[in-house]
Amino acid sequence: MISDFVKSVQQGKIDPVHHIRSALEEVKNINQQFHYCTTIPEQSALAESKEAKTGRLAGVAVSVKDCICVKDIESTAGSAILKGYHPVMDATAVQRLKDEGAIIIAKTAQDEFGFGSFAVNVGIGTEIPKNPVDPERACGGSSGGSAGLTRKVSFPHVSLAESTGGSIVCPASFCGVYGLCPTYGVVSRYGLMDYANSLDKIGPMATSVDDLKLVMDIIGHMDPRDSTCTGPQHAKVIQKPRIGLLKSSFAQGVDPKVQSAVREFVEKLKRSGFSVSEVELPLTEKYGISCYYLISMCEASTNLAKFCGMRYGAHEPLDGNFNEYFSKVRSKYFNEESKRRIIIGTFARMAGYRDAYYLKAMRVRTKIIEEYKKIFTSVDILLSPTMPILPPRFADIGNLSPLQQYMMDIMTVGPNLAGLPHLNIPAGSVEGLPVGMLLIADHYQEQTLLACAKVLE
Amino acid sequence: MEINEELVRKVASLARLNLTDEEVKKFTPQLKDILNAFSHLDRVNTDNTDPSFQPIPIRNNTRHDEPHASLSQEIALKNAHHTKDGYIKGPRAV
Repeated sequence: MISDFVKSVQQGKIDPVHHIRSALEEVKNINQQFHYCTTIPEQSALAESKEAKTGRLAGVAVSVKDCICVKDIESTAGSAILKGYHPVMDATAVQRLKDEGAIIIAKTAQDEFGFGSFAVNVGIGTEIPKNPVDPERACGGSSGGSAGLTRKVSFPHVSLAESTGGSIVCPASFCGVYGLCPTYGVVSRYGLMDYANSLDKIGPMATSVDDLKLVMDIIGHMDPRDSTCTGPQHAKVIQKPRIGLLKSSFAQGVDPKVQSAVREFVEKLKRSGFSVSEVELPLTEKYGISCYYLISMCEASTNLAKFCGMRYGAHEPLDGNFNEYFSKVRSKYFNEESKRRIIIGTFARMAGYRDAYYLKAMRVRTKIIEEYKKIFTSVDILLSPTMPILPPRFADIGNLSPLQQYMMDIMTVGPNLAGLPHLNIPAGSVEGLPVGMLLIADHYQEQTLLACAKVLE
Repeated sequence: MEINEELVRKVASLARLNLTDEEVKKFTPQLKDILNAFSHLDRVNTDNTDPSFQPIPIRNNTRHDEPHASLSQEIALKNAHHTKDGYIKGPRAV
């Protein structure tokens, strides 16, 4: 547990410099086979470790998803179009961790800009991260590197990940670690490279509930530099939350092995005295995927307009007019999935289609939020498997069409659309492969989720 | 609306992307599939429903209108490859 390690550092029993040096060696070894890191900033990590004697994370090795800016460390959101970009500031969440003595040891691999559920849509020239328990399988996306590294390292470690439609809990599930995606706005997005502004959330991954809670306490604060940041709002913790099983997630379309692994944990909750009932979210289940992908692609297509080879990242000789130059850079350095999403998002915002697609999706989102709000009057936590399948083989992912891949997010898009906090709990394994259980709560109920997860730990 | 190769090329050009013939051939049926699937949102009655541009109510974040330090020109240009006389140099406008 992180707090025990930190105590030892503060008491002088562990030398952070020695510790970080061996942690870096381990990460480099792991990375050779599993490709979890886009950058391993050895020099700055060793320099920072010399100062790390105080704070709630004194000397703790932290990895950061590549789309979250770390000052002077190459940060590319996993994309070739940002190759060479060294941010001139830290993201607020990174700054808060550093202020508590954390040492940044890696930027972690991801689907380019977060565009994927398996971390296979990596940037041009980047290796695909592999599942920590079976390298023939995916580690999940988009925060795949964060989840894989969290599972694989032997030293105390937490990772700062990011979710737009499920990118924290999905890889946490496939890699068998804890991952918390907080309520939209609790953690500042300052210094996060946007995928979709109204959906992006930064959150932690760890190997214990206490470690998640510690990181959330540090990063979840108001920030005047992000106008959508609310801070934690201090909602009352529900001591014995009423659990609602999402009926449709224990039915056809979800691997029966995954269902039974999760059901074992449900029984554990019942034995611990929790009331458990079955509930349904018909609108979210039917329309969540379409609503999520339309909104996220529309927002992504505007956000990615800024990448044009002028101010930062990849560039080319300045030939032609600006349209020709921008098109040349963008066509060369964006990967296939980025191009696909930019085109769909641009189409759905075009004159004549904006009302039918973009605004319609925004209105359906209102109805989805209302559906969740209504259900939270009768239960406090929604429970389902996190992913409908076990970590898939790379060969099988290759056979899925883009639309079939999007359908894999069926459990995770709902809470992301509605900005609800949700958490992946490792729920044992099937044939050696990790299974994840998803808990969702009402806005600002992170602490209720963590308390419930603690009971099951 | 018919999703065809011509439309895909038009949208790509609006998004400043040059697609190869191969990419257009690959994307066109995929986009058709995806947009057809998404079109079922039509069936949801959203009369009198406002759009949610954010998932939570956002309050206006104001601050005093006072000047404070910002990035120096040197730091702001640190990541730009094409620069001239302390400015970013861009491609020609026409």
